[in-house]
Amino acid sequence: MVSLKEVVNDPQGLVVQEALHAVGYPEVGGARVGKFIRLELEGPDQEKAGARVEEMCRRLLCNGVIEDFSFELSPV
Amino acid sequence: MSLRFGIAVFPGTWSDRDCAHAVELSGAVAVPLWHADRDLKGCDVVILPGGFAYGDYLRTGAIARFAPLMEAVQEHARAGGPVLGICNGFQILCEAGMLPGALLRNASLQFRCQPCWLRVERASSPFLGTLQPGQLLQVPVSHGEGRFYADEETMARLNAEGRVAFRYTDSSGQATAAANPNGSLESVAGILNERGNVLGMMPHPERACELLLGSDHGLQLFPAVLQQLAPRSG
Repeated sequence: MVSLKEVVNDPQGLVVQEALHAVGYPEVGGARVGKFIRLELEGPDQEKAGARVEEMCRRLLCNGVIEDFSFELSPV
Repeated sequence: MSLRFGIAVFPGTWSDRDCAHAVELSGAVAVPLWHADRDLKGCDVVILPGGFAYGDYLRTGAIARFAPLMEAVQEHARAGGPVLGICNGFQILCEAGMLPGALLRNASLQFRCQPCWLRVERASSPFLGTLQPGQLLQVPVSHGEGRFYADEETMARLNAEGRVAFRYTDSSGQATAAANPNGSLESVAGILNERGNVLGMMPHPERACELLLGSDHGLQLFPAVLQQLAPRSG
């Protein structure tokens, strides 16, 4: 998951929030739009895979100036 | 000998020919530089033009900044060589860490293609040498993701070090919210690196080089470089 940092204005999220209000979900107090990226990795070592994915996030998948990331690993 | 302007071409670049035209109008030589090459072909200045390099997939400029050509561009900039990033080129420079901050989706969520007024904030850069602080230029923008963002500390530093090159203003030079086409922080339209040799800007000076097209104010950026570099290159 790559999402805009909380301090960064997300106009897309605001529009989604307004749209949800408009269709009857007034309880939505906030919406943020992010990206979901699924990667398939080869190799049995989860720890090593985690370190590699973290590096991928820092180098390419996420721009640390404006975005935060989180990830989870699951065996396929 | 004429100065050589290298114009980077990535898959998806769209403003390279307009940049070449502007460079030639200024009396310099335009040299196309292919993204997969590492060679700057002896160019004195590098322009990263507008467009959608590598489709702007993932984030604008995120993939382009890893192109082999960018290694040579970084080296050129480290040696003090002038680099101008326009629109997508600005986005690439930010992604490459050659300029601080980032360019986000326009606050309006709309692609904006319109003439804008820019106020020159500083003139001590190779690209701004013939301009005066406070001078107004009419130059168009054409982008969907041009909202400049930097954290508070970075923005304060840019201001303190006089590294904001241009701000969006109205025709009287006031940086109002209405004159800000994308919701950029503090109406920032262009910034410089610490040394002043790397300039990134969202507006397109190369599209304001002929009166026939509404303005020739953009043309002033190109001779500025020529004048600055002329003594050095003979």
